[in-house]
Amino acid sequence: MNPIRQLHARSVVLAHENIDTDRIIPARFLTTTTRSGLGRHAFQDWRYRSDGTPDPAFVLNQPEAQGCEILVAGRNFGCGSSREHAPWALLDAGLRVVISSEIADIFRSNALKNGLLAITVDAAAHRYLLRHPGIELRIDVVAGHITLPDGGRFGFALDAFARHCLIAGIDQLGFLLREDAAIRHYEEQHAA
Amino acid sequence: MAPRTLLDKLWDAHQVTAETPDTPAILYVDLHLVHEVTSPQAFSELRARGLRVRRPARTLATLDHSTPTLPADAAGSLPFVTPAAAAQVDMLRGNCREFGIELLDLAHAQRGIVHVIGPELGATRPGMTIVCGDSHTSTHGAFGALAFGIGTSEVGHVLASQCLLQRKPRAMAIEVRGHLPPGVTAKDLVLHIIGNIGVDGGTGCVIEYRGEAIRALSMDERMTVCNMSIEAGARAGMIAPDEVTFAWLHGRPRAPQGAAWERAVAHWETLRSDPDARFERSVSIDAGAIRPTLSYGTHPGMVLDIDAVVPTATDAQTQRALDYMGLRAGSRLAGTPVDVVFVGSCTNGRLSDLRAAAAVLRGRRVAGSVRMLVVPGSAAVKRAAEQEGLDAVFRAAGAEWREPGCSMCIAMNGDLVAPGQLAVSTSNRNFEGRQGPGARTVLASPASAAAAAVAGHIADPRAYLVEEAVA
Ligand code: SF4
Repeated sequence: MNPIRQLHARSVVLAHENIDTDRIIPARFLTTTTRSGLGRHAFQDWRYRSDGTPDPAFVLNQPEAQGCEILVAGRNFGCGSSREHAPWALLDAGLRVVISSEIADIFRSNALKNGLLAITVDAAAHRYLLRHPGIELRIDVVAGHITLPDGGRFGFALDAFARHCLIAGIDQLGFLLREDAAIRHYEEQHAA
Repeated sequence: MAPRTLLDKLWDAHQVTAETPDTPAILYVDLHLVHEVTSPQAFSELRARGLRVRRPARTLATLDHSTPTLPADAAGSLPFVTPAAAAQVDMLRGNCREFGIELLDLAHAQRGIVHVIGPELGATRPGMTIVCGDSHTSTHGAFGALAFGIGTSEVGHVLASQCLLQRKPRAMAIEVRGHLPPGVTAKDLVLHIIGNIGVDGGTGCVIEYRGEAIRALSMDERMTVCNMSIEAGARAGMIAPDEVTFAWLHGRPRAPQGAAWERAVAHWETLRSDPDARFERSVSIDAGAIRPTLSYGTHPGMVLDIDAVVPTATDAQTQRALDYMGLRAGSRLAGTPVDVVFVGSCTNGRLSDLRAAAAVLRGRRVAGSVRMLVVPGSAAVKRAAEQEGLDAVFRAAGAEWREPGCSMCIAMNGDLVAPGQLAVSTSNRNFEGRQGPGARTVLASPASAAAAAVAGHIADPRAYLVEEAVA
């Protein structure tokens, strides 16, 4: 995984609360056996009308949203299924950050393992970001804050280990495999 | 030692290394369940890194999500919805062969929905850590296991190391006092709980369900409750094992036998929260106040008593949900016309669920305007139901009797609800499009679903059960 230390991009806002994983990537696209190519189906049933044409009313289809890499979402983003296809789809659609006041546990864990920066901010920061779509945000993963265009700052929450893995580009499977001796010891102690 | 919760006990027993402020704990996994949808990329990762599966004997695979529920045609070929679905199934077969994992394939007598077969086999047991690339792994917590859903990267972690990197979740207690009234089921209870604490009420937590009303539930009912813990955002749900648990597990194919069984039970009896154990959050629910409960909106926290009226939306999002569902504030949920009824899923696809639906349908007909699909949770459930003649009851009533699988719960296999149609479903998620693009879902118990099928509209199941009792 490539290290992620700083990110600088514009935000796009999806203010709905409880955006679930079926919304992010509907189940009918989960028959894939690879990680790639899901981006064109991200938010499928919001993005496209029933005749398959893009719905111009959906925020991610609007010209201002093009090139935005930061998604500011309503509370409890990513609830529902454990499908890692959800962060894969968002990354493949060009997003690199999801910010909310609350992010569902499994989604957050999945996202961070794939280098999709899923972070939470307090209610006041969340309100501000929801009300200011399209602004340039500078996200400093090392320092743990978001800088606004006017220089104002919000801190964000991110687990220390996840932060470390992102900054150093550490892959978690490699980390686990290096603990082989401890795992073997546990297995010996607990052999039935 | 300080008093510990059930979660503490299971956590302590599975910690390979403890967590620190900088690193999560390494948690050992006793049982890893695998299915076709969330595993292909994990096996690819193993292959790319030249890794083996560390403990194939602790890994069990099944096929359930994208499999057809119609039987094979005369030529023996199964009606997969797309070539991609068939390819995904074949890929799991190939991966299981290559990595030496036991697969309960489509023709296997014990195949079924992953969360139905684990317990049925006795592979799910108290005190275990159980994971699967599937959020409803919380089901297995009904046995006093710590069971939770993981993503595909973590599926790879467990395959390769039999471990996970985890921060310890917080312990939350939900105490259910008193008794459920007649005609009110475990599904009504759990929908009521989610409505009460909200779809993020359990975020970051493992919920332990406790109290008189929980102790009174059968294992099937406990599974229904724990299954939907994730719909309240919880990592897992659990219930301390007791005599009901032990009786249910005794004699299951993979449960310990003889002296090993006695030893196991002696250990399992210690798996309960100590009297003074501290929970970070506690909620108390009065079982006696619960009525048949159904969802009316587009997430499982938007629920109503059967006789309540749809509330007025106080924000744009709730209004959007009502518009999507085609419901008006002030109108009653009962009486809403229904197009499809689905009985099945890992929430309510077990034998007792099929019995509950059949009890309403026996001697009655599914309304002409309704398509009803009954999908057993496993091959074993299907056989048992057929032995009791439940399939005949469903068929005589005009319902479709299918092969086991997830089916219309996730609508990946071609079993779906058409755009705009309203389905009363015994599954667990009513998200927009969950049962097909534009499909509208009302979550309900098997009895409520069957009542809706007969009436052609949402109806109080107690009316049918009362007639039954009188007749
Ligand atoms: S029945 Fe539904 S919830 Fe259960 S495992 Fe299958 S798709 Fe998931």
